[in-house]
Amino acid sequence: MKSLKLYLVLTLVVLALLVAACGGGGGSEPAAPSGGDSGGSEPVTSPVDPATAGTITGRVLFTGVAPEPEAILMDAEPTCQALYPDGAFAETVVVNDNGTLRNVFIYVKAGLGDVQFPTPGEGVVLDQKGCRYIPHVFGMQAGQDLVIRNSDDVLHNIHPVPTVNDSFNVGQPVKDMETTKTFEEPEVMIPIACDVHEWMSGYAGVLSHPYYAVSGEDGSFTLSNVPPGTYTVEAWHEVYGAQTMEVTVSEKGAAEIEFTFTGG
Amino acid sequence: MHSAEGELSFWRKYVFSTDHKVIGKQFLFSSLFFFIVGGLLALLIRTQLAWPWEEIPVVGPLIYGEESGNILLPERYPALVTMHGTIMIFFFIIPILSGAFGNFLIPLMIGAKDMAFPRVNMISYWVMVPAFLVMVASFFVEGGTAAAGWTSYVPLSARPDMIPGSGLGQTLWIVSLLLVGTSSTMGAINYVTTIVTLRAKGMQMFRLPLTIWALFITAILVLLATPVLTSGLLLLLLDRTIGTHFFLPDGGGQVLLWQHLFWFYSHPAVYIMILPAMGMASDIISCFARKPLFGYRPMVFSIMGIAGLGFIVWGHHMFQSGMNPVLGITFMTSTMMIALPSAIKTFNWLATLWRGQLHLTAPMLNALAFVSTFVIGGLSGIYSAATPVDIFIHDTYWIVGHIHYVLFGGSLFGVFAAIQYWFPKMFGRTMSDRWGKVHFALTFVTFNCVFFPMFILGERGMPRRLADPYNYNFLASLQPLNQFMTVSAYALALSQIILFANFFVSLYRGRAAVANPWLANTLEWTTSSPPPLENFHTAPVVHRGPYEYSSPEVSEDWLPQDRVLGGAAAD
Amino acid sequence: MGGSLPQVSTFAGPIDSLYNVILIVTGVAFVLVEGILIVFLLRYRRRPGQKAAYVHGSRQIELAWTVGTGFMLFLLAIYQYRSWIDAKLNLPDESQAQVVRVSSNQFEWNAIYPGADRQLDTADDIKAPINVLHFPLDRPVVIHLESVDVLHSFFVPALRIKQDAVPGRPGRLWFQATQAGEYEVACAELCGLGHYRMRAFVTIEPQAEFETWLAEVAARQQ
Repeated sequence: MKSLKLYLVLTLVVLALLVAACGGGGGSEPAAPSGGDSGGSEPVTSPVDPATAGTITGRVLFTGVAPEPEAILMDAEPTCQALYPDGAFAETVVVNDNGTLRNVFIYVKAGLGDVQFPTPGEGVVLDQKGCRYIPHVFGMQAGQDLVIRNSDDVLHNIHPVPTVNDSFNVGQPVKDMETTKTFEEPEVMIPIACDVHEWMSGYAGVLSHPYYAVSGEDGSFTLSNVPPGTYTVEAWHEVYGAQTMEVTVSEKGAAEIEFTFTGG
Repeated sequence: MHSAEGELSFWRKYVFSTDHKVIGKQFLFSSLFFFIVGGLLALLIRTQLAWPWEEIPVVGPLIYGEESGNILLPERYPALVTMHGTIMIFFFIIPILSGAFGNFLIPLMIGAKDMAFPRVNMISYWVMVPAFLVMVASFFVEGGTAAAGWTSYVPLSARPDMIPGSGLGQTLWIVSLLLVGTSSTMGAINYVTTIVTLRAKGMQMFRLPLTIWALFITAILVLLATPVLTSGLLLLLLDRTIGTHFFLPDGGGQVLLWQHLFWFYSHPAVYIMILPAMGMASDIISCFARKPLFGYRPMVFSIMGIAGLGFIVWGHHMFQSGMNPVLGITFMTSTMMIALPSAIKTFNWLATLWRGQLHLTAPMLNALAFVSTFVIGGLSGIYSAATPVDIFIHDTYWIVGHIHYVLFGGSLFGVFAAIQYWFPKMFGRTMSDRWGKVHFALTFVTFNCVFFPMFILGERGMPRRLADPYNYNFLASLQPLNQFMTVSAYALALSQIILFANFFVSLYRGRAAVANPWLANTLEWTTSSPPPLENFHTAPVVHRGPYEYSSPEVSEDWLPQDRVLGGAAAD
Repeated sequence: MGGSLPQVSTFAGPIDSLYNVILIVTGVAFVLVEGILIVFLLRYRRRPGQKAAYVHGSRQIELAWTVGTGFMLFLLAIYQYRSWIDAKLNLPDESQAQVVRVSSNQFEWNAIYPGADRQLDTADDIKAPINVLHFPLDRPVVIHLESVDVLHSFFVPALRIKQDAVPGRPGRLWFQATQAGEYEVACAELCGLGHYRMRAFVTIEPQAEFETWLAEVAARQQ
């Protein structure tokens, strides 16, 4: 009889702990976002009528004197340094040969009203290769998967510093590791850093809609499938700041705009 | 004798009991549970150190999950290290020594009916329960559990942007430890009061068994040191929640202040974790040597010496912290001197064996293992005390080896000895001595295989808390040794199954225990096994010290403290 | 001590020999204590019908081992003073030494060298690539150790130096290298998820080569 009661005492202790474990687990659930239903469950149908939609195209020009590209000294990370026989340079200001500016984030800032856009099922890939982020500047939709890949055989940690969204700080110790994260709220721009390699920097523009682009090697960009209307379009650059422009898209029309950033 | 039993409901008798024996058992079972948790965390750490970033079959997907690629992530490794230390110290060693054995033994060994404040005693356990729950819950919150080390050094522990575990997990860690501190303080008040006021007639202070002396001094340490930890924890909580800057330099706070507060508690806490084991080992060694403890008073004074010096050595944790190096000299000197009382104790244990009649039972073997491994723990501390040598070995595996030789080799072997020695008194049944010896032999060998190599790692300069040491060229060659240690750690863990099986099987099937199975002298053996509700059928009267083994006054080789000699009925 | 690590600073020899002294003292104590324990275990196994000696202790013996051990420990403590004072208290005159600021943050070590004006915090300071440190051979080096975020610990095993970098409390440490070569710096204080990889490389080279390297870094920075 004595031992039976003892057994009960013991069981109680263990049970209490189990309850704690489950209770604790349950308690953490609210941390899961309530508003961000990622792709899966919602039907992926665009609210935009393709019969009337137009496009916005344009270029980002650069005038003035571009700063000398800043050298990145990767001496202590030989596996990465080996990928840059001619030296590695920061991507803060990259002026293309045709006088255009690369890595400018162009997006529709206002004018879409409260049209709801579905979250793309496919994720955006952010690769870490040669100790830099590829792409350096990118856009994505709120709730969309951000697939972070480590193509280097060194530790990287992905440490975005958002102001609206929740931050995270994930280490990827091994090559080819992938981690999937999301940003639930629109936010332009979220800086991304790696604490192991101070020179690594990236920017994510998170929007509630799919109208964004990043100027590439020829400085051009295209926003397609834009419903007719008048919009505020913003061009953002990490050094030269943001510029906005009003643009009207007519039915099946192609609006063309140009931004000009001035250096020096 | 069981008259009171029927009157108490199940809840009052086994759950919210004010009986010190039941409370002791509650602490025993809870702390054994956390011994398993802390041990499993240690295995995860060891696995990472042997095969970093590799997926462990079954366990990897189960514990780390798909999201982490089924491997341990570098932000979780510090969490494992933190929680292994926290759980083993605050939920296992301290509660099992002071909570379980302190509660169970103090009234019985001093001849009292119960503690001085039975209700406070009950609350001291039930304050631990939310502490357990909060700490376990912290594993499941966003960002995971605390990851700034069991020392929770600021600013890492105060800045969630520096490591994910310093979010809610760290707050829960603080809350849990505040509760633990409250529980310890209530227990300590009770122990001190009980020992001072409730001793049986004739039980002078210098007739107390060393177990009681050790628990008494430990309780005083708890009372003096815990408030400092509590205030430190509260300040940290304020820094984290309402934006004060006691410890954060950007608002004028002092980073080193946390270290001073923390170690002012935690160095005495190291003695809180070893003194009771020393006391229990002394009793067990004397009993199984069938010989009076050598140097009873020097043993008592060395416990006091350790406790006193224990308050002026905390700075030896901070030799390389950037603290004024002049302080290093004084702290080194005091630290060297604290080795003296420990050495005296060791010599006295050895001298107790000299010309004894050694009964090598399982409790005795564990108590002797306590002595022999504590020697290694103590001697290895001298290297760390020597400030110039400490420049190299500070924060390396040397200190990890040192603390494990003291706390596993010392305290834990003491606990193994105590569990098997007092099991008959606690549960009225006897544990298998044969399986006890098997457990002892396997544990002793595998223990040394796990922890002795740590000194080699430390001597090679391997820093602690590295999730993957082998990316350093000077450490790359140490991986095979680490793998050997890890495999030994698995064997060490498996060996504990024998102890648990022996424990639980004996709980139901063990041979019924007589009142005094070991023919020991102290008062707890004069009552039935297990003792009735208020311990003694008649209030004991003490006539002599606790170690009158092989006395020429009687023909037997033991002479209980309460036996009346010279009368007609000696018993 | 240090296993296969070379001894490349003036501290290394004295510190390693102190280690050896303690190794001998504790080794003797270890062998004696464990030896006696084993002998007693074999010698005093219980014999049926015999009683143990009824001895409670001895004032003389207690006094002997207390005073003896205490004296040994005190000597051992005093014997360490010199090296500790040399390593941490007797910093060389900075005008005669190479001064370097080592600033740490998650998870990197940044060395900043004074330029031609020999002053830190001026426009011509030279910042080395992250995790790359060069120090001159056979010349005192004084490091101004800082942290901008959490605690780190600057540990160069080959040099036998270690000190925490404390945010808000800059510290100084010094050494004089005695052997050219390339060595590793490890972080020895838990600092976050990249702690295990907060690694830097130290190059010890003759003064001339050191100056050449510094000039190159300065040039690359332009």
